[in-house]
Formats: sequence, structure tokens, C-alpha cells
Amino acid sequence: MSTLAVHDHGVLHHEEGHEHHHKATFLNTYVFSQDHKYIAKQFLVTGITMAFIAMTLSILFRIQLAYPDKSFPLLETLLGRFAPGGRLSPDFYMSLVTIHGTIMVFFVLTAGLSGTFANLLIPLQVGARDMASPFVNMLSYWFFLAASIIMLSSFFVEKGPASGGWTIYPPLSALPKAMPGSAEGMTLWLISMVCFIGSSLMGGINYVSTVLNMRTKGMDLWKMPLSTWALFLTAILGVLSFPVLVAGVVLLIFDRSFGTSFYLSDIVLNGKVQPYEGGSPILFQHLFWFLGHPEVYIVIMPAMGISSEVLSVNSRKPIFGYHAMVYSLIGITVLSFIVWGHHMFVTGMNPFLGGVFMITTLIIAVPSAVKTFNWLATLWRGNIRFTSAMLFAIGMVSFFISGGLTGIFLGNAALDINLHDTYFVVAHFHLVMGSAAIFGMLAGVYHWFPKLFRRMMDERLGYLHFWITFIGAYLVFFPMHFMGLDGVPRRYYALTEFPAFNRWLTVNTFITWAAIMSGVAQVAFIFNFVYSIFWGKKTVQNPWKSNTLEWTAPIEHFHGNWVGEIPTVYRWPYDYSKPGAEDDFIPQTVPFSQTMSSNLPHDFEDNPAGLEEYNKWTTANKANEEVK
Amino acid sequence: MMAQIKEDKLNLGARKFNMWIFIFTSFMLFAAFSSGFIVYSGGNGHGLNVILPHAFMYSTLVLVISSVTLFISSRAAKQLQFEKQRRFLWITFFLGIAFFAVQIYAWYILAYKMGIYFINPNASRSFIYVFSGVHLLHVFAGLLVLLNTIRATYRNTPQVMNLFKMEMASIFWHFLDIIWIYLYVFLLLNQY
Repeated sequence: MSTLAVHDHGVLHHEEGHEHHHKATFLNTYVFSQDHKYIAKQFLVTGITMAFIAMTLSILFRIQLAYPDKSFPLLETLLGRFAPGGRLSPDFYMSLVTIHGTIMVFFVLTAGLSGTFANLLIPLQVGARDMASPFVNMLSYWFFLAASIIMLSSFFVEKGPASGGWTIYPPLSALPKAMPGSAEGMTLWLISMVCFIGSSLMGGINYVSTVLNMRTKGMDLWKMPLSTWALFLTAILGVLSFPVLVAGVVLLIFDRSFGTSFYLSDIVLNGKVQPYEGGSPILFQHLFWFLGHPEVYIVIMPAMGISSEVLSVNSRKPIFGYHAMVYSLIGITVLSFIVWGHHMFVTGMNPFLGGVFMITTLIIAVPSAVKTFNWLATLWRGNIRFTSAMLFAIGMVSFFISGGLTGIFLGNAALDINLHDTYFVVAHFHLVMGSAAIFGMLAGVYHWFPKLFRRMMDERLGYLHFWITFIGAYLVFFPMHFMGLDGVPRRYYALTEFPAFNRWLTVNTFITWAAIMSGVAQVAFIFNFVYSIFWGKKTVQNPWKSNTLEWTAPIEHFHGNWVGEIPTVYRWPYDYSKPGAEDDFIPQTVPFSQTMSSNLPHDFEDNPAGLEEYNKWTTANKANEEVK
Repeated sequence: MMAQIKEDKLNLGARKFNMWIFIFTSFMLFAAFSSGFIVYSGGNGHGLNVILPHAFMYSTLVLVISSVTLFISSRAAKQLQFEKQRRFLWITFFLGIAFFAVQIYAWYILAYKMGIYFINPNASRSFIYVFSGVHLLHVFAGLLVLLNTIRATYRNTPQVMNLFKMEMASIFWHFLDIIWIYLYVFLLLNQY
């Protein structure tokens, strides 16, 4: 260590400090671990737990939508005052919708997805021993756990959890007396969110820094797998957009608890005029959606990256258009910051400004379409292996297409004025970012389970899980398009109160039963997941015959990933089924000198010496051919 | 093998990079506040209409001087003059505390002498407190970073770690300086 040259005593002290620090105890191995692989598992298990809770919430409010006038005594037994007489109270219904959205968007699909796979894959795929700052990385998890617990604890306060929708628009959220959920529940929501943003920033900073600074020898940016690219760009998005939400939330806290009027103006509450003046609720919407829109890409981009990787490995083909895939990810990253206004077309926005946001929104369809076509072209005539992970990745592509198409409708200001806040929107985002992202996440879980837990998941249970969930999700969300086109508004407690929407009751009942079916299907997953952790079939080092670097690390986990030197990288990660090669995959660690028969001239674009060798070898070989 | 792993784990460069990204996030926070201000004051015809107290000018001066002293300390550390390094670190630290105090004093002037309260029907004026308050939170963190650096000078810290800590503290502290100047100028430009 050349770093220890100046103070003699320093050497001793430093060394001692290090030894002490790394002594493995139960606490620092299994609880406060700084190993990125272990933190990934912590994120995954917490994320899955939150997903199950949020799913249960959704089934509760689905029951209300399907049987608005029926009473279920069981509900009262379970939920007590939240379901008086066996029927959900309207306030609790709003809380369920709010917390379902919040948990799914932030806790499952941001922390659960990015947290798990960025932690697991970034150091392993770029060839690093750990993150740039393992300690901060550990803090990131504990902040996330604290945020989760605080969010769930709001179910135990007297007036129930926050209930103003996951977007917590003021004035509803800014006035504790406006509705029961805006009281302590909203306060807890805000505290939880601040912890969550802290967690997300600490994680994101580490991910960006690790990718930019700690790649192994030979691993230039254009040799990184698409999963790492996606997680890297996701982290950049988060780092730039979450602070803006902090600003919005801080001002909201001041309005709620200190009496300022950033967002409040001309409020009359229970017949009394409130002292607030001059505030602008639209300001909150700007601040919220400046995060909120990048947030949906924070949710979908890791799923895109994971699916690209899984599709390529299991089609035994290079990903189609690797550079185009990266550039479209970059394009999405940049564009996502200038489209937030499309959530606000009906706020009285200047129509010209609305037009600008409309154009940027429609432009974002271009990189999205590039990605879609590339996935399909990757599958085209591939030697497809239908592993569970592959099925989920294909499912992700399917949901992304069918949900993405309606995005083009909604992005048009003129159409959006009709469709805003109807079930059409619910259908759109549940397909394109909800189902697609969760399918990407599940693809990742099935694919990297052997890396995480050193055992394999059961394939047949995986198939069962996939088909029921896939069909179930379409049955749930597709009919909602038609409800939305008919003008059925979202978030309503009992649509039967409105004669115009009465006829949709049967559809709602159908959707609820489809939702219950897909909910039950998750039991197949959780059983498979838990069972395989302990009793699954033991894995081999590279079960999917994959090229990326994580499969060169030993099966046994230890802090530092590789025994001895970190492997050097020589080629891109997608050399599958290369003509002339012995196997149908060539790991990134195999130099070109070992694969003379499969090298191609474009493998040596920046490598004149290599090209010369290649030319020599081909001419020599040709001569041999002629002799034969 | 363990030595190899250890060396890879030290990665000071990557940790310094973390600090730079953190500064970006922090910058985004202030950018969000100031664009919030623009949207608010532009949308409602509620200008600031406050002549900012002189105290802000003094605090700015204090903060700029503290940046200079920190720079001197940094240079001393590079030239192995550890006594001087420590002395100027302490000076920087106390200037930081002085800045803190002057900012609070400025709030006092604003609230008690000028009647510009935080809880204000014209939220442009509340923004003065938000800007300086959130910045003070950052200064508080900066003071902790400085303390940590000072603590290291009392221990047998390897020079590389010493320089590393100095550099981390400098990046952060100069950023605090610059962001305050930005906020102050922003408020000055929107005074009327």
C-alpha cells in the first residue's frame, strides 16, 4: 500500500483499524452487512414483502368495487373500524388506493427493483469488489427499511393512513382537517418519503460512482451489459430528480405544520375562511411531476435492462442493436425530464405550453419503439430456451407494447382532456409501468436467483406463476380501457351511485375475480422462492451459459466477489452463437487470441495490432484450405 | 489475496466521486427551490418587495473568507505543514459558526425589525427563510465534515487519508460557499 508512506505510526494504526473493521461477527454478516450481495438480498426480501402487502390492499379495494353494496362480516373482523358493518368505509377506501400506489411505485418498483438489481449486478457485472462506499450502501437499505415501517405504521394511527392519492396534491394533503387521511397519516407519509428519498439518493450516488470509477481492466462503457447500462442511467435519473421532490415535500410540510401558504389560497374549511393567501397548488404539481415523470422511467428502465439481458441469453443471440439500445436508454433519460407537463394538461395550462409538452411526450415514443423492435428482432429466429425468466421477459415486452400504445393517446393534449383521471389512465400505467416493470423484476429474480441464493428455482412452478399472472393481468387491466373510454372516473368509492356507470358493475366484478386469481398465483411464486432458498437444486457456476462477468465469480459468496485478481474483460457481453465458435457462448473474459476461428474483422475496430494478427491468421488459413 | 482485495476496497477516487454526485443532488434541490420561487412569484404577481437586511452581506463575506482559509489549510496540508493546516481548519470552522450566527441574526432582523415573517400570505417572502434555512442545514453538515477533518489531524492519519479528507471537506465547503452566493444573488435580483 503506497498510501501509507508518510507517518510511520500511521501504518500500524491503519492496519489495525482495518483488521478490526473486517472481523466477521453475526451482526455485520447477517444484519448490518456491507456486502453488496447481501444488501441486494435484503432489498429483495423487503421489496417482495411490500409487494404482497400492496397487492393485498388492492384486492381489498377491488372487493369494494365489485360489491359496493354488499357487506362482508369478515372484513369487519379483520379491519375493525375501517370496515364498519362489513363494508369498507369511504375514507379507508381512499387510503387503500393511496398506499397501494405509493408502496408499488416507490417501495416495490423503485427500491425493490433498483435496490436489488443495482446492488447485485453493478459490482458483479463491471468487475468490482463492492460499491464505491459500502457503508453508505448499507445505510441506503436501512433508510429504506425505516421508510417502509413508517409507511405501514400509518395503518395504526387513529384516523388511518394518507388518503389523498399517491400524488398527494395540495390543498387536500396540506390541510390536516380536510379529510381524516390528511391528519397524522399524511404526516407519517411525508416522514416516510423523506427517509425513502434519503435511501434512494444514497443508493443512486453509489451506483453511478461505481459504474464510472470501478470497472475492471478492459471493461469500457461499451462493453457493459445492458442491464448495467439501464441501472446506471436509472441511478442518474434518480439522483437528479428526487431532490426536486424533497423541495416539494419540504414546502408541503411547511404548509401543513407551520402555516405558510406556498400551495394554499382562498380556502374555506367547514364554513370558515382560512388565513392562507396567494399560494399556488399548481406549483406542487410542477415540483411533484418533475420527479414524478422521471420516476416512471426509474421504474421501467431497470426492467428494460434486465429483459434485454434475459432475452439475449435465452435466445442464444446477440442483443439486436446494442448501440441503439444504449442510445435509446440515454434518449429516454434525457427526454424524461422535459415531459412532466403531460400530467397537467387539465390544470389550466397555457395550450401552447401544453403543445410543447405534447411534442416532447410523443418524441419519447421513438426510443421506446426502438427498444421494442430490438427485443422482437432479438427473439426473431433465435434458439429460444423457455426458462421462467425468459417467459417473464417476453411478458414484459408484451405489456410494454400494449400499455405503451395507449400512452400515445394520452400524450395528446386534446385526447387527454377527455381521458384524464378515467380508468383509461389506470389501464395505461398499470400495463406499461406496473405489469411491465413487475414482470421485468420477476424475470430478474428467476434469472439471477442462482447468483443470489446459490440454488435454482423450480421451473414448473415458474411456468404456472407466469401463465396465471400474465393472463390475469391482462384480464384485470384490459377491460379498464373501455371503462375509461366511457368516462368512468378513477378513485371513486361506489360507481353504482351514478346511474351512468351502473352498467359497468358486472365488468368490475369480473376484474375483481381476475385480480383475486392473479393474487392467488403469487402464492406459487412465494412458495417457490422460499422453498428454493433452502431446498432448491444446487446451481452450477454458470447455469444459463451466460457471457457476463457475474457468472465468473465463485458460487460461494464472500465479501470481495473474486478470489485473487478480478478477471479482465476482452469483448462485449453478447457473443452468443457466434459463427465458427466452439460453444454457443463466449464469456467476456475470453481473449480474441483464444477464439481465432470465430473472430470477425469488426471485432478489431480500435485494435490495429489485433486486426493484423487476424488478417495473418485468415490468409494462413485460406492457404491451408487451398492445400486441402 | 487479502491485500489485493483491501487495495481495491480503498478506492478513494470513487468515494471522492460520490461527493461530486452528492453536490449535484444538492444543487438540484436548490434549483428546485429557486424554480419554485420563479413559478410562484411569476404566477401570482406576488413579488418579493423586500430590501434584504445587510446581515446577509456580512454573512456572505464571512463565508467567502472561510473558503479562503480552507484553501490555505489545504495548501498547508499538501506542503506537509500540519500545524498550519490544523490552525486554518479551526479558523474555517469558527468562521462557519460565525456564518451560522449571522444568518440567524439576519432572520431576527427580518422577523422582528422588518416584520417579514416566515408565515406569510406572500410566500415569496417565506422563500427567503426556506433558501437560507435549507442552506444552513447544509452548513451544519459542512461543519461536521470539517470537525471530522480536524479530528483526523490529531490522530496518526496517513497523509493520503489526510489529503483525501481535506479534499472532501474542500469540495463540500466551497460548494456551500458558491451555492449561498447563488441564492443571495438570486434573491437580490428578485428584490423588487
